[in-house]
Amino acid sequence: MIEPLKFFIERFNLTVSDIEALLGAALSKGGDYADLYFEHTVLNSLSLEEQIIKSANRAVRQGVGVRVISGEKTGYAYCDEIDLAAIRKAAMTAAHIAQSQAEIGPINVSSANPSHDLYPVAQLINEEPLPRKIELLNRVDRTARDYDRRIREVQTSLADEYKVVLIATSEGLLIGDVQPLARMRAMCIADDDGNLQSGVSGGGGRVGMDFFSDAVVEHYANEAARQAIVQLEAQDAPAGTMEVVLGPGWPGVLLHEAVGHGLEADFNRKGTSAFSGLIGQKVATELCTVIDEGTMPHARGSLNLDDEGNPTSQTVLIEKGILRGYLQDKLSSRLTGASLTGNGRRESYRHMPMPRMTNTFMLSGESTPDEIIRSVKRGLYAVQFGGGQVDITNGKFVFSATEAYLIEDGKVTAPVKGATLIGNGPVALTKVTAVANDLALDEGVGTCGKDGQSVPVGVGLPTIRISEMTVGGTK
Amino acid sequence: MITKDLLSDIVSQAIKRGATDAEAIGIETTGFHVEVRLGEVEKLQEAASRGIGLRVLYEGRQASCSTSDVSLPAIDELVANAVEMARLTSVDEAAVLPAREELAKEIADLGLYDAAIAELPTERKIEMALAAEESARSFDPRITNSEGSACSTTVGKTTLVTSAGFAGEYRGSICGLMVAPIAKEDGQMQVAGWGDRQRILASLDSPEEIGREAARRALRKLGARKVATQQVPIVFEADAAEELLSDFFEAVDGFSIFRRASFLVGQLGEMIASPLLNVIDDGQMRGAVGSRPFDGEGLATSRTVVVENGVLKNYLLNSYTARKLGLRSTANAVRSLTGAPGVGTGNFFIQPGVYSPTEIIASVKNGFYVTEMIGFGFNPVTGDYSRGAAGWWIEDGKLAYPVEEVTIAGNFREMLRGIEMIGDDLRFRGKIAAPAIKLDRMMVSGE
Repeated sequence: MIEPLKFFIERFNLTVSDIEALLGAALSKGGDYADLYFEHTVLNSLSLEEQIIKSANRAVRQGVGVRVISGEKTGYAYCDEIDLAAIRKAAMTAAHIAQSQAEIGPINVSSANPSHDLYPVAQLINEEPLPRKIELLNRVDRTARDYDRRIREVQTSLADEYKVVLIATSEGLLIGDVQPLARMRAMCIADDDGNLQSGVSGGGGRVGMDFFSDAVVEHYANEAARQAIVQLEAQDAPAGTMEVVLGPGWPGVLLHEAVGHGLEADFNRKGTSAFSGLIGQKVATELCTVIDEGTMPHARGSLNLDDEGNPTSQTVLIEKGILRGYLQDKLSSRLTGASLTGNGRRESYRHMPMPRMTNTFMLSGESTPDEIIRSVKRGLYAVQFGGGQVDITNGKFVFSATEAYLIEDGKVTAPVKGATLIGNGPVALTKVTAVANDLALDEGVGTCGKDGQSVPVGVGLPTIRISEMTVGGTK
Repeated sequence: MITKDLLSDIVSQAIKRGATDAEAIGIETTGFHVEVRLGEVEKLQEAASRGIGLRVLYEGRQASCSTSDVSLPAIDELVANAVEMARLTSVDEAAVLPAREELAKEIADLGLYDAAIAELPTERKIEMALAAEESARSFDPRITNSEGSACSTTVGKTTLVTSAGFAGEYRGSICGLMVAPIAKEDGQMQVAGWGDRQRILASLDSPEEIGREAARRALRKLGARKVATQQVPIVFEADAAEELLSDFFEAVDGFSIFRRASFLVGQLGEMIASPLLNVIDDGQMRGAVGSRPFDGEGLATSRTVVVENGVLKNYLLNSYTARKLGLRSTANAVRSLTGAPGVGTGNFFIQPGVYSPTEIIASVKNGFYVTEMIGFGFNPVTGDYSRGAAGWWIEDGKLAYPVEEVTIAGNFREMLRGIEMIGDDLRFRGKIAAPAIKLDRMMVSGE
């Protein structure tokens, strides 16, 4: 396993005293805080389509981001070269945000190790030779085609990244992490006499090659094929407000959009979120406890330390219906005095950190999924979703079901076409009338976008019943 | 500096190592971004970045590698990896570089670079952002807060060299200014973002104009409510119509077509839309954000009629998708540093009609004027469409009251045929633009 400090020092011919001098340079115009984010990432991807390996790609991304905070102001600069002169230039550029002159020398840092070790990996996927990866993609293709003869096209890909980071702060922290990440995706198109339908599945996490066993990749293939075949029979989705049951796992994207973004501290510090000022207030029924947890072993949204060097943690966002806390980054925590939660994240060294979710889920309740379905006279049962989006300020959010069924007289009946569900964040969870005992995290495919930055996240949900929600069908 | 010589050298090294063909791309940009909020600078970011990408073909097998490290050992590794990886992929007969005769003969000067943007002083960019926000905040006392205002500039150079004999480069600049004021009344809070993006500084809307328009847009959302579920005529405001057009692009993207993942497969020459609809992709418009002299494979960009009087005339293609479909590339190849070329738009737009937006609204007795959409509810395989929407309800030809938390749904096939009026208000604020559009009906889902 790579030791990050040693990796950067040896590979780029730097010393700890260089880093200390760079922090001094960053604060040479004043400012309250500075940090350096060193990154070296190797990204691989391999894709299969039309039963052949169409492309193999590899990218190396490396550089250093320098940030200086002065009150509410942030200066940021980065360089693609990891060498002293280039980083120094970036530090001086970022330093301009502060307006005074400070006589400041090097800032002492001492090396620390992350308190978590959440993703030890036995078999590094980025070092895996192509033949085994190719074999896995072929297996997905074969399995999906065997599922049903109407599966006409299979596209599958395996993408992995191996990120080494080192973070140095003017508070004296020098800490690094090695962050593996992998994701497999399978997409099938079914064709029944010109009726074309698609299905998508996949999974992964901060895992090694050993995670992608034959059984796991066959599961992705079967699942994508199953969804496409189910859609061949889908009727028009209903329109209007109705009772909705969400299945376990990925439908947790509801929480991500309805409450998660609205609880990021930057929006709340500025008073621009529909959740601003609601701490201690009831925003959900007592059945709902919502957690953001960056410390789940091997999960896609987990990190040993956030991208500001602070340990990730478990943050209770909503406890039995009461809003408890926000997701903090360094800047928001400095300005509001709130404790850090380890949610300062960024896409790469080219981006400033900001408060982001990690793995966001609702705790299990006491109902059973069967009881919940049986209790619904007429409603929608949605089990798979595409993406979602939220307007933080008015709280309106959407998420789009890609696999859903009607519930009629307590029974799941006909599949319906994809439809967007829309709701209002601070109200949506006050309509949760049942929570089942089957919490599941999604399989590890989520990516969250905010302000043009993408980061990997997880979501999770047990089966829940929502008394009313607007379903955007056509019938 | 990434030069044509450096990339030629990389291409030769790849050939020397055994590649049949090779293509190297270099992208260098200098970016600046300032965000102000409530009259104070909040974030200031400045950086230069660069990267090199190499795509190689080895006897019909393809691989690509990229690096932001342009040191000699890193480039050596880049070339070695790409050639090595290509040996392990499959033979794909459609994966070839364009032949010499297809390549751009000269590099057209399309006026994509404006020195005024490159030389714009930091103080001026901060002033522009402050002015836009101030203009929004002083517009109305109900503008009580702000998500801030941002001014960004990007100046860059793209260089492409291929073993088939192409070597070209062009410079470009872009300036963007945007503001998001928040209006508040009776406990309801509404934000609206508005801005402009142009390659030529003088074409950019003034900060004051952008601020006022953003404020108007936030204010008009106040008091929004749900409506009953019903099927009604829909009028899309220009920038909502632009989103429809972005979704339409997915259905004419050559990749969706050869994968049979579009409801427009097999429809070339067919009437797919109302005869009022004309859709154009033009990569050569002077000084426009979506213009470039050559595409991601070195072909001269062109003007492609996608829909003419409702008839589907062309898909948008790169060399790969063209070969798969037995057609000619429309020079819509886009490249990032890594990966095979994709298909992207040039300046992609709906030709304006003759009606003003007010005339269009006046034609509707009971309907929905959509000003914003959220979410990703478009399935290009089936054409099924369902998205969150907000806007105004139309009663007797007039905007009656604001609406939110509803969805609109339909199928793109019927939506295209249902276009009844097209507005005269086309204005490019990026690569994709559309005027206001009226559709005969969609399902609005609310109460």
